[in-house]
Amino acid sequence: MDYVIEMLNIRKEFPGIVANDDITLQVQKGEIHALLGENGAGKSTLMNVLFGLYKPEKGSIKVNGKEVNIEDPNVANELGIGMVHQHFMLVDTFTVTENIVLGSEPSKAGTVDIKAAEKEVQALSEKYGLNVDATAKIRDISVGMQQRVEILKTLYRGAEILILDEPTAVLTPQEIKELIQIMQDLVKEGKSIILITHKLKEIMQVCDKCTIIRKGKGIGTVDVNETNPTELASLMVGREVNFKTDKTPGSPTETALSIKDLRVKDSRGVEMVKGLNLDVRKGEILGIAGVDGNGQTELVEALTGLKKSSSGQVSLNNNSIYNLEPRKVTEAGVAHIPQDRHKHGLLLDFPIGENMVLQNYYMEPNSKNGILNFKKIYEKARSLIKEYDVRTPDEYTKARALSGGNQQKAIIAREVDRSPDLLIAAQPTRGLDVGAIEFIHSKLIEERDKQRAVLLVSFELDEIMNVSDRIAVMFDGQIIAEVKPEETDEQELGLLMAGRKSEKRGEA
Amino acid sequence: MFSNRTFNIVVPLISVVLGLLAGALIMLAFGYNPVAGYAAMWNGAFGDAYFLGETVRQVTPYVLSGLAVAFAMRAGLLNIGVEGQVIVGWLAAVWVGTAFGMPPVVHVIVALLAAAVAGSLWGFVPGLLKAKLGVHEVIVTIMMNYIALYLSNSIIRSLMTDGSDRTDNVAETASLAAPWLREITFFSRIHYGFVVALLMAFTMWFVLNKTTRGFELRAVGSNPFASEYSGMKVGRNIIIAMVISGGFAGLAGAMEGLGTFQYASVSSGFTNIGFDGIAVALLGANTAIGVVLAAILFGTLKIGALNMPTEAGVPTELVDIVIALIILFVASGYIIRWAFLKFSKEGK
Ligand SMILES: Nc1ncnc2c1ncn2[C@@H]1O[C@H](COP(=O)(O)OP(=O)(O)OP(=O)(O)O)[C@@H](O)[C@H]1O
Ligand SMILES: [Mg+2]
Repeated sequence: MDYVIEMLNIRKEFPGIVANDDITLQVQKGEIHALLGENGAGKSTLMNVLFGLYKPEKGSIKVNGKEVNIEDPNVANELGIGMVHQHFMLVDTFTVTENIVLGSEPSKAGTVDIKAAEKEVQALSEKYGLNVDATAKIRDISVGMQQRVEILKTLYRGAEILILDEPTAVLTPQEIKELIQIMQDLVKEGKSIILITHKLKEIMQVCDKCTIIRKGKGIGTVDVNETNPTELASLMVGREVNFKTDKTPGSPTETALSIKDLRVKDSRGVEMVKGLNLDVRKGEILGIAGVDGNGQTELVEALTGLKKSSSGQVSLNNNSIYNLEPRKVTEAGVAHIPQDRHKHGLLLDFPIGENMVLQNYYMEPNSKNGILNFKKIYEKARSLIKEYDVRTPDEYTKARALSGGNQQKAIIAREVDRSPDLLIAAQPTRGLDVGAIEFIHSKLIEERDKQRAVLLVSFELDEIMNVSDRIAVMFDGQIIAEVKPEETDEQELGLLMAGRKSEKRGEA
Repeated sequence: MFSNRTFNIVVPLISVVLGLLAGALIMLAFGYNPVAGYAAMWNGAFGDAYFLGETVRQVTPYVLSGLAVAFAMRAGLLNIGVEGQVIVGWLAAVWVGTAFGMPPVVHVIVALLAAAVAGSLWGFVPGLLKAKLGVHEVIVTIMMNYIALYLSNSIIRSLMTDGSDRTDNVAETASLAAPWLREITFFSRIHYGFVVALLMAFTMWFVLNKTTRGFELRAVGSNPFASEYSGMKVGRNIIIAMVISGGFAGLAGAMEGLGTFQYASVSSGFTNIGFDGIAVALLGANTAIGVVLAAILFGTLKIGALNMPTEAGVPTELVDIVIALIILFVASGYIIRWAFLKFSKEGK
């Protein structure tokens, strides 16, 4: 059998941790090969080894049957290996084309020939149906588009083997559909793809083979045709996994959060939340369903004080929290799991332990009279790390060194632990493995059962359907319908999210 | 292979060695004996008690201006205005030292405080503009440098004297002079300022690493979005960082006004204490202890260099080149870092 990529018995250590321990991965030409494993299992590490970012301690790599020494990403590029990282690496203020040619600029008489490059990029984009505008600035395009730019970048450099590290974690369901189409077109052209994803559905849908890693060890490779999601999940975690969250019905009482006629503009001054009304009661999880870009981000930022609203009323337990500063909102009893963990959620260059006290470092026992008590801070961090199973060598490790999923778990630990009156969770399980998702969902439900109010914003319909007690559909800056999860289905929700008011029930 | 901490020590050290080596090559190229040259430098800095005293004197303001730059840097701000803050600090210290009569100790403390307040004020303006209007601090601080220079000149000429080019000496009660130290160093200009400098280095370390304020400042410097999310006031922290940074710079000026010179004078150009502070902070990796060590290196080079023309015939310009080379190597420290990583990867 001919393999384009063979990684044999790879071992990679980090201080205090073996991230890859004797892992073998063999990819055939023209296949989509899934890489599956829990958060922190070592998937990104393995791919970084293949891409020349890390040097393995043991093992060998063969490309097209020849043993190679991938010293750095340039060598990987030359061998036709391209990688789209879990967290994008684009320059915000540059155009699409400038980002793509960065590092391999075509030159004419010593100057960069950007016009020629633009043409080439546009042509490539059309060839693979990527639909990217070569002249747009990165900061003006959506996350989904940015990802396509990353894919284009690898194609521009002549990649034959594409590594996609959790590409779907940041995409909306619609964007995921499009990406899957793109991947299928790519393999038709003879490219090979290594796909990292936590979504078993996607693996079942597009992949040919699936290699599973558990806690740094290679478990094996299975044929996707001969397996099913349950088997995959148990191979990955090493035990049976519960897909459907066990949930007893909640017993909501009085209104906790009340939003009346709220209006919020985005940074360009366009009104994104247009007179929104919504109540969340104590002891209930309210899920906001909606397509990205319908004002969910602005709503959450307005509620948490990150953005000023232009008018309306917001109150929590009958006290106004309208346009308060973030600290005042926090002190009023609101916790917030932010959508963008790297931008808002973490100080990446600070130890994970100090990240656990971001909102209450100034309070006792974390500090007294303005002096920090590191002993107490790290004690607390240690117990949170244990309780929430955050995989990290220790509490002094920089947040940056944690795997994406474990960074998210650390944030959730911090927010839930404050036991707030209102927990706002924006995409809380983005990039988490099935086991961790199960855990987070049960935490949200636990909070609800403690008679807290939970506001869940998610693009994942599954998540909304499984966890919410009540679903509010957001479209064009307003709540256009409210439904019960047990009385609706994905199809109806999909229609509602597209702005069509429910025909069955009329106006909600 | 190396932790970050080790890197922060190893990289500057290598840079210094490389800078010295490159300096030696240049001396060779111009027909001077590098061994004799560096020996002269060593003697000029540590050769006898007088030189030692002068070196300490030179190091003192460098520590403070280095702290000023480093402190702002930790909060994510590039304070190019340390130079201007030094000038106003110098002037304020001398003004209090000449215009008022106060008991000993009290007088010098008030004069030092005045210098810190003046420097803080000079840092406050760019901090405020950045926090409220988003004006980049580099532009404002550069302009504030010129305002400080010319304002100080005109105040000395028309307010503190009658058209003279220098003020009276500060009152003895306000002086940092340390007669007994001067005596044992053969009447070098050493003064008590080094105590102030070390105290401030400790202060900076303590504030940044042990207090909630320092936690906020570093957080804002590291990721302003996450800081805002967690309830810190980004703008206020920017202002505070600039105020404290300016305070350190003002004290650097006071070292000259109350210690080395005992007066202030009209000047056609900058003191360079502030600008050198940028290099000191860079070399010291923006940490308090690093700044102290880097300042010692800088002061030593500067004072030792004075002896190179007389003892080894090497022109002082060459010494400036050596210093510049060291800075260059530090600035490109990431290249050394990269080489190390590559080397250690291969070694495995
Ligand atoms: N640069 C690093 N320094 C130290 N430890 C690291 C570094 N990068 C990763 N690790 C550790 O190696 C392990 C594997 O991390 P990796 O990022 O490969 O996980 P992953 O499988 O991609 O997880 P996720 O699904 O959460 O992205 C983790 O325990 C992580 O903390
Ligand atoms: Mg990963």
